[in-house]
Amino acid sequence: MSTTLTQTPSVSIEEAMQQTPPKLEPKLVIFAWSGELDKIWPTLILATTSAAMGQDTTVFFTFWGLFPLVKNEVRITGENWMQKMLSMMNRGGIDHLKLSKMNFVGAGPAMMHSLAKSHKVASPAELLALAKEMGVKLIPCQMTMDMMGLKREDLIEGLEEPAGATTALLAAQGASTLFI
Amino acid sequence: METLSITRRLDVKGFNCPIPIVKTAIQMKQMASGEMLEVLATDPGSVPDFNAWSKTTGNALVEQTLEGGIYRFILKKR
Repeated sequence: MSTTLTQTPSVSIEEAMQQTPPKLEPKLVIFAWSGELDKIWPTLILATTSAAMGQDTTVFFTFWGLFPLVKNEVRITGENWMQKMLSMMNRGGIDHLKLSKMNFVGAGPAMMHSLAKSHKVASPAELLALAKEMGVKLIPCQMTMDMMGLKREDLIEGLEEPAGATTALLAAQGASTLFI
Repeated sequence: METLSITRRLDVKGFNCPIPIVKTAIQMKQMASGEMLEVLATDPGSVPDFNAWSKTTGNALVEQTLEGGIYRFILKKR
């Protein structure tokens, strides 16, 4: 069965063939939602590699993903008991991350760091420093900061201004996106 | 044939993904167009990675060799 088209296209096939789509600069936006060692690690590997490939690279840190950006030496964050309890149960800092499986009260991450060291795999802390050096835009989520009681001074230096979903989605326009 | 005048060297032997590529990109940033960089690596994954990196960044992978477990890549800055 054939369908009759009622509208004729405004450009001929020849013309359409010649039109090249606008060339988009490759971009990568990662939504870092997880704060665990085994999720933040690949996030930072992908972000630094993407920057090395010349891609405009952004990581938007939200929910649990924000805690790795807390300064290592900051122990308790938040103003009320709930936020303080949260930081006690879920210590922030790139050097204090837990594994999503086989954590064994910290023995798992210690073994993982030891394996990484012996295989000369860069640690999350090293990769985070490299990401900043290479111009990866690291955006902390303002809403998460408010809700979890994290202040700007609780977080490491070298981050973009805290922002919201609109900023992250604007960066994501025409970009490859990952939610980790 | 192109004469290879290597002006920079980078030793990332022993290092794993993504350090060889990341360090290369940082080094290349400081180089002028046409300059050559020699990279020494031991990560077997760096072979496909350097090829892919060359393809996406347009910096030519002029030569790649393997000798005694050491990969040698010669890159020319675009």
